[in-house]
Amino acid sequence: MINKLISSIASAVKDIPDGATVMIGGFGEAGSPTALIHGLIDQGAKELTVINNNTGNGEVGLAALIASGRVKKMICSYPRSSHSKVFPELYRAGKIMLEIVPQGTLAERIRAGGAGIPAFYTATTVNTPLAEGKEIRRIEGRDYVLEYGLKADYALIKCERADRLGNLTYNKTARNFNPIMCTAANITIVQARKIVDVGGLDPENVITPNIFVDRVVEVANPVIESDLVAEGICYP
Amino acid sequence: MLPMTGGMKGWTREQMAMRAAMDIPDGSYVNLGIGIPELVAKFVPEGREFIYHTENGLLGMGPEPAPGAEDSELINAGKKAVTALPGASFFHHCDSFTMIRGGHIDVCVLGAMQISQYGDLANWSTGAKGAIPAVGGAMDLVAGVKTIFVISQHTTKNGAAKLVEKCSYPLTGKQVVTRIFTNLAIIDVTPEGFRVRELAPGIGFEEVCAKTDAPLLPLEET
Repeated sequence: MINKLISSIASAVKDIPDGATVMIGGFGEAGSPTALIHGLIDQGAKELTVINNNTGNGEVGLAALIASGRVKKMICSYPRSSHSKVFPELYRAGKIMLEIVPQGTLAERIRAGGAGIPAFYTATTVNTPLAEGKEIRRIEGRDYVLEYGLKADYALIKCERADRLGNLTYNKTARNFNPIMCTAANITIVQARKIVDVGGLDPENVITPNIFVDRVVEVANPVIESDLVAEGICYP
Repeated sequence: MLPMTGGMKGWTREQMAMRAAMDIPDGSYVNLGIGIPELVAKFVPEGREFIYHTENGLLGMGPEPAPGAEDSELINAGKKAVTALPGASFFHHCDSFTMIRGGHIDVCVLGAMQISQYGDLANWSTGAKGAIPAVGGAMDLVAGVKTIFVISQHTTKNGAAKLVEKCSYPLTGKQVVTRIFTNLAIIDVTPEGFRVRELAPGIGFEEVCAKTDAPLLPLEET
């Protein structure tokens, strides 16, 4: 029987090794798998390359992982936040690397990685510093930049509902990067707000088909990062 | 609607947003950037319907919710709480940027650090040492959206010109801006350079010229 349900966060993330590349879903706090990130902090893996749109809020979730010194490199589109000084301080001190990728290129690179497409051309970044050193190709009179697909060893994902097979649904704008990251990682680990029986999700409404998912752990009452930030909580 | 004159000098942030909203055609799919552009949604002219796209996965974005009704999983690109209107849809990032990069969004309203007379836009990094570059979706928007409006104060807080001959900051896109709404004037980017389209109340052409670091063509008499 296929059963991707894992009983604890610690066992869901226990094999992530030092040096792993980890995609983390979310756009700001929406869709951030904060419980899994905290599990990764507890687990202790270091020298990580993390792919996320941002760099976290306050000193919880991704910002706490960065603050713990475990992240060697961030690949993201928008590392500034009004609620987080963690990344800017480490970046200015030369203690973390940054690959800045436009948000749409980041999404498409992840999609391509998941779809077995090694590279693609896009008009985004043409004539900007972010295109420097990259191949430019003129197609039908317009210039395009060659960008490579992105893959990861692990993806940490937050969803709304899941079944034991790994079918997933999401909540509102917490969907964002989560479904595409599920497709682009060797091991996709999901925190779900609610586990339902197989057959409990309408096939018309399944957003991530279970083939893209490896592990699911139920986190029934996930923390809200902005609440923790407002309370001044720093993890751990 | 706000009164647009009344003995005042220049336009407020709200009035700049309202003027930009007036230039968006009925039925447009619109993406609003962070900052003053967010205010555009408050000023849809009567009889027009716009559908707002926010790049983090919502088409049919509505105004901010009533206090206490905020949902941390229903936010806009600026990570502020918003609402979803009847007819809205949620989608993942690839669908969202298919809308942007595939040319499906009609109008995008962005903020700016500098705009050149050729419509080059700089709004993601000063390029200074220690500055944290943050591009977000801006480069995708200028590459994929048909009409790019900019709403911005005419000068920086220190009085430096933002409308310039050539951007000194790293570019977001080249020859992408079509119209600029500042506190002093509405300015079109034309093949001949900047051309004043409308002056704010109490503002003269000479004053706009003095605060612009590029040649400025006067209002066309009609």
